[in-house]
Amino acid sequence: MTASHTANDAVAHTDADSPSGHGASETARNRLRARDLSLGYGDRVVVDGLDLDVVDGTITGVIGPNGCGKSTLLRALGRLLQPKRGSVLLDGEPIHRMSTKEVARRLGLLPQSPAAPEGLCVADLVARGRHPHQAWYRQWSSDDESAVAEALALTGIEDLADRSVDELSGGQRQRAWLSMALAQGTDLLLLDEPTTYLDLSHQVDVLELIGRLHAESGRTVVMVLHDLNLAARYADRLVAMSEGRIAAEGVPEEVLTERLLREVFDLSARVIPDPVTGTPMVVPVGGRQSGVRNRMVSEPGRTGPDE
Amino acid sequence: MTESVRVPPAAPAARVRERKPLRVGPLSTVLRPRPLLVLLGGLVALVVVFACDLALGDYPISPLGVLRTLLGGGDAGDRLVVLQLRLPRALTGLLVGAALGLSGAITQAVVRNPLASPDLLGVTSGAGAAATAVIVTSGTLGGISGAVAAFGLPVIALLGGVVTAGLVALLAYRGGVDSFRLVLVGIGMNALTVNATLWLLTIGETQDAGRAMVWLTGSLNARDWDNVVPVGLALLVLVPLTLLGCHALGALQFDDDTVRELGVRVNVARGALLLSAAVLASLATAAAGPIAFVALATPQIALRMAGVPRPPLVVSMVLGALLVVASDLVSRTLFGSLQLPVGVVTAVLGAPYLIYLLVHRYREVHT
Repeated sequence: MTASHTANDAVAHTDADSPSGHGASETARNRLRARDLSLGYGDRVVVDGLDLDVVDGTITGVIGPNGCGKSTLLRALGRLLQPKRGSVLLDGEPIHRMSTKEVARRLGLLPQSPAAPEGLCVADLVARGRHPHQAWYRQWSSDDESAVAEALALTGIEDLADRSVDELSGGQRQRAWLSMALAQGTDLLLLDEPTTYLDLSHQVDVLELIGRLHAESGRTVVMVLHDLNLAARYADRLVAMSEGRIAAEGVPEEVLTERLLREVFDLSARVIPDPVTGTPMVVPVGGRQSGVRNRMVSEPGRTGPDE
Repeated sequence: MTESVRVPPAAPAARVRERKPLRVGPLSTVLRPRPLLVLLGGLVALVVVFACDLALGDYPISPLGVLRTLLGGGDAGDRLVVLQLRLPRALTGLLVGAALGLSGAITQAVVRNPLASPDLLGVTSGAGAAATAVIVTSGTLGGISGAVAAFGLPVIALLGGVVTAGLVALLAYRGGVDSFRLVLVGIGMNALTVNATLWLLTIGETQDAGRAMVWLTGSLNARDWDNVVPVGLALLVLVPLTLLGCHALGALQFDDDTVRELGVRVNVARGALLLSAAVLASLATAAAGPIAFVALATPQIALRMAGVPRPPLVVSMVLGALLVVASDLVSRTLFGSLQLPVGVVTAVLGAPYLIYLLVHRYREVHT
């Protein structure tokens, strides 16, 4: 079995999993869908009766104020959270009836703040993404090796492969985790705030990388983002959430309006074209003396992954 | 759009230098030179120490004599000393050490905490409390005596350990087993069972309490084939099963969401691995009493020697066996007629090394 043959195998495998886009109706094309989805923790309902179609081959940005259920929705889409009602459909099948491993072969998810064991090197971290394709007797096949080499190359961290993950800078570490998700070889990628804790230049760097991956491989990406301007720039579609429901959904120009900002984010702002890309750009109204600042100060802090 | 779905296949010779492959037919794994070297070194040392353990003592026999006896030759005296006295004792030590090393490595890897060990989670002390209860009551009540107590003791200890582990897991369970809660509950359970043991010792007759104390220190004194066979058989079944299940262990090193995302059923995998660790530790305790420190220290020693991020199972197993057999050799030969219990020696040998490693590592990180 030659290396090139196995590399093709790996690609063929992911292709076989995705019904290609010749379906008759719009919905048949979309591999990941939510139907009447209600989610929550304990008695608390976070998402209530939500319907969503993740359009294949696009980058979907999920935006919304803190606590609106963005991360909760993403976790349910990735089968990390059991719905209270309704279902998430992956390739037409309820995702919660599929085995964990089966889901992991079709869909990759990067949690908000993933934790790696101390001393784990980047190559080993990325190789862990191959887990769903492995067994106790097949822990490092040539398919695994070429997928990992490719993932390292795509994220540009080949030179860091022997470094320990905890020695990396925030931006490098995020690349390493992305690389692990890529090595998993899924066409669907869910990213929970991939830019958290990164400075602006690294945020742009990571989003550029995601944009490039999408452009090169046509992967479907769903990502939760806090920065509205960056979301408008890098996402093909935006889903704005408010109190567990979808307030608006569509291309950034349609979603990111002054009215929506007022209703969903309780923010008075102007929306102007981004001077670089022409995508909508949010410029908050108000300054030191306005109520905006006071509200920002009194707003409760981020609550972490459970938000 | 659809024609761009295909990822351009990487160059045929896409290699990851950091992970050298070892592939035979459908089997494949990563070749890691350093853990392999540590493993081989450990095995060689184990053979040497094991041979010394058979040869040295009040009645020294030459290495050649030992070999001849093992192969069926030798005179009656040699045969008695080697086959009936020293071999079962050394084998018990080897098996118990291997079980403790493996059990500790699994526990620490699953709980992701270097302080988690069957000792700290209450498994060992649970087994100890159950055994003490039997020893103490068998004397005063006279209900369980002689042969029954000797035969039943290991079974009681095994049950005590597994039941304690189950209780810890049950109390720590809340929709899943959280590592941190598990350690806290384990420490609490450990304190509880240790105190129950102390209480049993104070209410027992002095003579029974004395016997219980000897057992509680962990001793390989007077182990014969009756001790070796059950533990040996159990390990023969358990060890391969555990090693098969340990592929999931690599993925269990991450946070829960990442583990699930990688296609692992977190709670099932954790539960099964922890149960096997509890059974291994209880078996070892049943055979030789609670031998301190082996399950706690060997995985950490193995991890640092092998230079890997999580306790290596097989290396921990070999080093655990080495530590116990070497400690038994020391306790038998260096202190004359005193016959120090092996548990004392493992603690004395293991503790300084662990402290050295922790201090050394702390300096590495903080300078």
